[in-house]
Amino acid sequence: MNRLLQWPSLEAPFWVAALAVVVIFPSDLSLATAIAVMALFAVSLDLALGIAGILTLGHALYFGAGAYAAAALATLGWAEPVSGVVLAGIAAALLAGVAGPFILRSRGLPLIMVTLVLGLFAFELANKASDFTGGDNGLSDIVLAPVLGVFHWSVYARVEYLYVLAFLFVGFQGAKRIVGSSFGLALRGIRDNPVRMAYLGAPVQSHLLRAYLSSALLAGVAGALSAQTTRFVGTDVLSINTSIDVLVMLVLGGTGSLYGALVGAIVYMLVHHLAAEWNPYHWMFIIGALLVFVVRIGEGGLVGIARRITERSRQTIGRRAKGRP
Amino acid sequence: MEPFFAGASFIALYGISYGIVLFMLSVGLVLTLGLMRVVNLAHAAFAAIGGYVAVGLMNTLGMPFVAAALASALLVGVGSLLIERLVYTSLYQASELDQVLMTIGLMFLTTASLNLVFGPDVVPARLPAWLMQGLDLGFRKVQTYRVFVIALGLALITLLWLLFERTQFGARLRAAVDNRSMAAATGIDVRRLYSLAFALGSALAAFGGAIGFAMLPLEPLYPFKYLTLMLIVVSLAGMGNLRASAGVAVLVGVVDTAARYLLPVAGAFVVYGVFVVLTLWRPNGLFAGRVR
Repeated sequence: MNRLLQWPSLEAPFWVAALAVVVIFPSDLSLATAIAVMALFAVSLDLALGIAGILTLGHALYFGAGAYAAAALATLGWAEPVSGVVLAGIAAALLAGVAGPFILRSRGLPLIMVTLVLGLFAFELANKASDFTGGDNGLSDIVLAPVLGVFHWSVYARVEYLYVLAFLFVGFQGAKRIVGSSFGLALRGIRDNPVRMAYLGAPVQSHLLRAYLSSALLAGVAGALSAQTTRFVGTDVLSINTSIDVLVMLVLGGTGSLYGALVGAIVYMLVHHLAAEWNPYHWMFIIGALLVFVVRIGEGGLVGIARRITERSRQTIGRRAKGRP
Repeated sequence: MEPFFAGASFIALYGISYGIVLFMLSVGLVLTLGLMRVVNLAHAAFAAIGGYVAVGLMNTLGMPFVAAALASALLVGVGSLLIERLVYTSLYQASELDQVLMTIGLMFLTTASLNLVFGPDVVPARLPAWLMQGLDLGFRKVQTYRVFVIALGLALITLLWLLFERTQFGARLRAAVDNRSMAAATGIDVRRLYSLAFALGSALAAFGGAIGFAMLPLEPLYPFKYLTLMLIVVSLAGMGNLRASAGVAVLVGVVDTAARYLLPVAGAFVVYGVFVVLTLWRPNGLFAGRVR
């Protein structure tokens, strides 16, 4: 049975709670905005890594491409934000369309290395091309028109948060659609056994490429949202740390279920926020421990744990019910 | 002609000695990858620890440079056996994702620990005087250290070649790299071989980290900084291809040095660019499909 279908009852309350954040935590909305951006980025990585099994360590490439594309559009005078995000997402997908066919020729370890080095290459490129990226200073002159011409950007990040949340909702539903479709089923088949899927006649390479493109599109959208809501793009959007951060979020929440991406991003970003005062080296203890912990608890991350707990309690309830006729 | 020659000899000397250190750092990774198919991203951490231990032995016990490097290689090699038992045995059967996550986690923990114990700055350490002084090669004067590293590297490559080609251990190792289950079927204890190869690889990385500290400065972020270069060497050499790894490491060292010397603006990125092009050309290593 499709694992996703086990969680629909919690999804509606989740989105209601996400909306309620505006009322309950009105002073923490910039943090909430950052969380929502990373959640969308983690969802995009789940499409590539969790669903299609494309083991990439360089997904910041598309996040960064989206961020720079959005910033470039804004500086060129394209101030309308929504179309800016869409165009930036398309730009990231185009980049994936160029790089994807080469990247996806390898699998496993070579794939990890190629994506890692390609990510580093892009990061170095952004550092060198300071005329375009602002180098270490980044780009900060991003001027945007109000959302839909009506909602003005605010200091309290309320419009920013709802704006990102809307994209997260649409992006998540789109990802869910992909996963639930027969195409999504084929992708999971390829993830588990590419050779058998090829024998069954599935066009493995073109399926993988389509999954990679959709993932890059969402990652680019997330990057564009980050650029627009913070009005800043630094070269760190392309850094290997960004790739590792989103990977840790995803595996912490649990890969392959899409819900894990949301849960992981929220937990990771909240912990990171609480530890913001820390020495960054001490923060590495947390990341390292989280990674070891995630591998030790086995498949599914936090969502996996929650699922196992609910299944166990359901079994005990079932047993009790049988005990009393 | 004169400046061209000066530049070329600089690139050759610095590039080759740098490549030799890269070889020491990455040969263990080539070996363990070929043998166990474990994506050990924490391999660079052993090099960092080796460097720290050697410098510690030099600074506190006053050990000579080469002795400290050898002692540190021995210590790290033995210590890595323990870590292999505790952590890596459970990874041999794990998915590639789990291997990546676990070993990145170990790398983070190492970096955080190095910072906690030794502080965030580059460790102050000095080469002994006899390596610092100039050596007249007839056509130019160079730092003895660079020549020493090259000589040491050639000796090490010869030793490893003898070990892999001329001993029982080497024959078993090559058999297991080529076909693990067949090797096990002929009575080779592949598990023990794994442990020995892992310890040997970690010891070599530690030795490289110790010998190379004047080229690759020791700091907590060392594992992250040099992992990429190691992965480039491993990936271009092809998994388990020990013969190719020395050549590829020197090639990477020379390309990187030449790029930084001739195009200081482009810097590190030339070597990444060359890697991307070569990988697209031959995704499974430069020598894939040829007889090893």
